[in-house]
Amino acid sequence: MVHGEFWTIKELFVYPNEYIYWSVQIVMYPFMTGLVAGAFVLSSLYHVFGIKQLREMARFALVFSFALLFVAPMPIVLHLQHPLRGINVFMTPHFTSAIAAFGIVFSTYGAIVASELWFLYRRHFVELALPLKEKQDKGLMEWFRYLVFCALTLGVYDISEETLKSDEKAIKILAAIGIPVACFLHGYAGFIFGSVKANALWMTPLMPVIFIMSAIVSGIALCMLTYIITMELRKWLSIRGKSATQRFQSKEELAGVEVSVIRMTARYLLMFLVLAITLELLDLIFRGYTAVKSWDVLRSVIYGKDFIDIFILQYGIGNLIPFIIFLLPGLTIRRAVLGVCLVIFGVFMMRWNVVIGGQAFSLSFAGYMHYHLPIVPHDWDTFKEGLGGALLIGLMPFPLFWLISRIFPVFNVKESH
Amino acid sequence: MINRRDFLKNTAKGIAGIALPLAAFEIVNPRKLFADKSDTSKVRWVFVVDTYKCVGCGMCVKACKKENEIPYDANVTRTWVERYVMTKDGKTFADTPKGARDGFITSKIDLGLGKFQDIKKEDIEKAFFVPKLCNQCENPPCVQVCPVGATYQAPDGVVLVDRDWCIGCGYCIMGCPYGVRFFHPVYHTAEKCNFCYHRITRGLKTACVQACPFGARQIGNIKDPEDPVTKIIRSERVGILKEEFGTKPQVFYLGLDREVK
Repeated sequence: MVHGEFWTIKELFVYPNEYIYWSVQIVMYPFMTGLVAGAFVLSSLYHVFGIKQLREMARFALVFSFALLFVAPMPIVLHLQHPLRGINVFMTPHFTSAIAAFGIVFSTYGAIVASELWFLYRRHFVELALPLKEKQDKGLMEWFRYLVFCALTLGVYDISEETLKSDEKAIKILAAIGIPVACFLHGYAGFIFGSVKANALWMTPLMPVIFIMSAIVSGIALCMLTYIITMELRKWLSIRGKSATQRFQSKEELAGVEVSVIRMTARYLLMFLVLAITLELLDLIFRGYTAVKSWDVLRSVIYGKDFIDIFILQYGIGNLIPFIIFLLPGLTIRRAVLGVCLVIFGVFMMRWNVVIGGQAFSLSFAGYMHYHLPIVPHDWDTFKEGLGGALLIGLMPFPLFWLISRIFPVFNVKESH
Repeated sequence: MINRRDFLKNTAKGIAGIALPLAAFEIVNPRKLFADKSDTSKVRWVFVVDTYKCVGCGMCVKACKKENEIPYDANVTRTWVERYVMTKDGKTFADTPKGARDGFITSKIDLGLGKFQDIKKEDIEKAFFVPKLCNQCENPPCVQVCPVGATYQAPDGVVLVDRDWCIGCGYCIMGCPYGVRFFHPVYHTAEKCNFCYHRITRGLKTACVQACPFGARQIGNIKDPEDPVTKIIRSERVGILKEEFGTKPQVFYLGLDREVK
C-alpha cells in the first residue's frame, strides 16, 4: 500500500497522488518543540527579567526544557521514510529549505540550554564530587557517582564567592541569548509550514509568530502541570515523614508555596494565551475578508468539515474555558490542573488543525481528504504514524525528566548564585 | 609561556592552514566546473499537451507505469488524465479514477467515498480530458524545499530525484502545487515524472508521448527554434497551470479551460 493511503479517505475531486503525507508525528513535532521553547522562556523570565516569584519554577522549567529537548527531534525521525538518512541534513544541508537549518538551530539551542544548566549546577557538582574524591574505600555505586560528577565539573572545582558571581552573570547572559534562540527554534517550525506556498491554509507570514505564542502557552502550561504533580508528591512524602532533609518541611508550607507559584505563573500563561488567540483570529478574519481563490474551500473546511476540531475543541475547550478558569479570582490547585490540561489540549488541537487541517482539502480546491488516525497498528508504518507513536512521543519526556533530574535535582539545591 | 609575537605568528599560520583546505572546496565546486564546461545548456525540455486531441484512453498512464517501474496497482502515478464534465446548470464535475490508468470505462463520475454520479448526455454542456504530468518548473518549489538537496534541477530544466540521498521527509510533496509527487511504494523516496529522463537524453521520446495514439502529448527542446514543439508554443495560444504560484511551469496546454484545476 502506498504511504498515506491507509489513513486517507478521499472525497470529490482529489489528484491521484494526494494523500495525507504529514500525519500525527508532524503534529507532535511542533507540539514538542513548542513545549521546549515555552519551558525555556518561562525559566528565562526569572533569570533575565528577575521576576523573583518565578524563582522556584525557573530551575524546574530549565531542567524540564532540557528533557524535552531530546524528545523534540524524535517525531521527525519517526516520520522520515528513511530515518537512517536523517543525518544527511547535517551532511549536505540545502539552505533554501526551511528544514535544512534544523541541525544548526537545534544544536545551538541545545548548547545554550546545556551550558546554562552547567553554570546553574556547577556548585552542586563540585559539592558532590569533592567528598567522594576524598573518600578512601568507595563502593561501586560511589565510584560511578564520583566519575559522573567529576566529569560534569569539567575539571573546575573553584566555588569561591567570586566565581559563583561570574556564574550568575553567565547564566543571565545565556538565558538572554536563549530567549531569541528559543523563539527562533519554534518560529522556524512555524516557518516550515508558513512558507509552503502550495498550501492555502499554511501560507501566512503570521504562522511563525502564532507558533511562538502558542508554544510559550503550552510550555508554561506543561511546566505548571509537572510542577504541581511533583509538589503533590512532595506533600505526600512529607506526610509520610520521609523528607527530613527538605527545605519545606510541613505539608502546609509546601501547599502555600505551590499556590503562590502557580498563581504567579498563571498570569503569564494568560498573557501569552491572549496574544496567541488574537493572532489566530486575526489570521482567520483576514482570510475571510480578503477571500482569495482558496477561501471557498478553506471556508468549507474551517466552518464545515473541521468545525468541531477548530471551534469546539481548540477555541472552546482548549482556549475559552481555561481562559475563564484562570480569570476567576481565587485560583486553586485543582482548578489550575484542569485549566492547564485544557490549555495543553488546546495547543495540541491547534497543531492538529494546522497540520491535518492543512491537508483536509485537495490542491485542486475541489475535493477533500479525511484523516483517520490508525489506532490498532498492523505494521511499523501504522504504529509510528498512529496513536502508539504519538503516545510514545508524548510520554517520553517524563521518564527522561526523571532520569535527568537524578543529575540535575530540581528541588532543594543550593543555588550557584 | 608563549609570547605575543609567537602567539600572533602561530595564529596566522593556523588560519592559513585552515583556509587552504577550505579554499579547495571552492576550487572544486562541481557546479562551477560544470558551468565552465558548458556555458549555456543547449537543451531546455518542454512539453505540449493538446487537450483537443486527448480521448482519455489512458495508454500514456499505462506506458508510464511500466516504463518507470511504478507498481501497476499502486494508487500513485507519475502522469494521469483528468476528466471534466460541465453540465447545463453550471456545475463542474471532475474525476480521475486510478489516474485513468484503464481509461474512462464508465460515464459515471467518481465522487470518492464509493459514490458515483451519472450525468445524462443531454445535460452535458461540454466535456474534455486533461493529461497531467510534472511541469518541470523553471522555479521549482520542490527543489527549494528539499532539506538535503536530493531533488535538483538538471541544466536542461528537468527536475530529478536522487533515490540514494532522499530522506523521505515529504516536504517536496507538500511544496508542489500540482500534486505530482508521491512516495515510491518500493523505494520509499520522493518520486515524480522526470520526462523519462533516461529516454530523452538518449534521443528517444518519453513513454507517454510514444504511447499516445492521437499525438496529444509532445516533448521538445524550446531552445531549438526548428523544434515543432517550440513552433507550437511560439505560434499558438497556449496556457499553463496555476500560474499564480510563480513556479513558471514548462508544460504548455492547448485548449485549457478556466475550470481545469
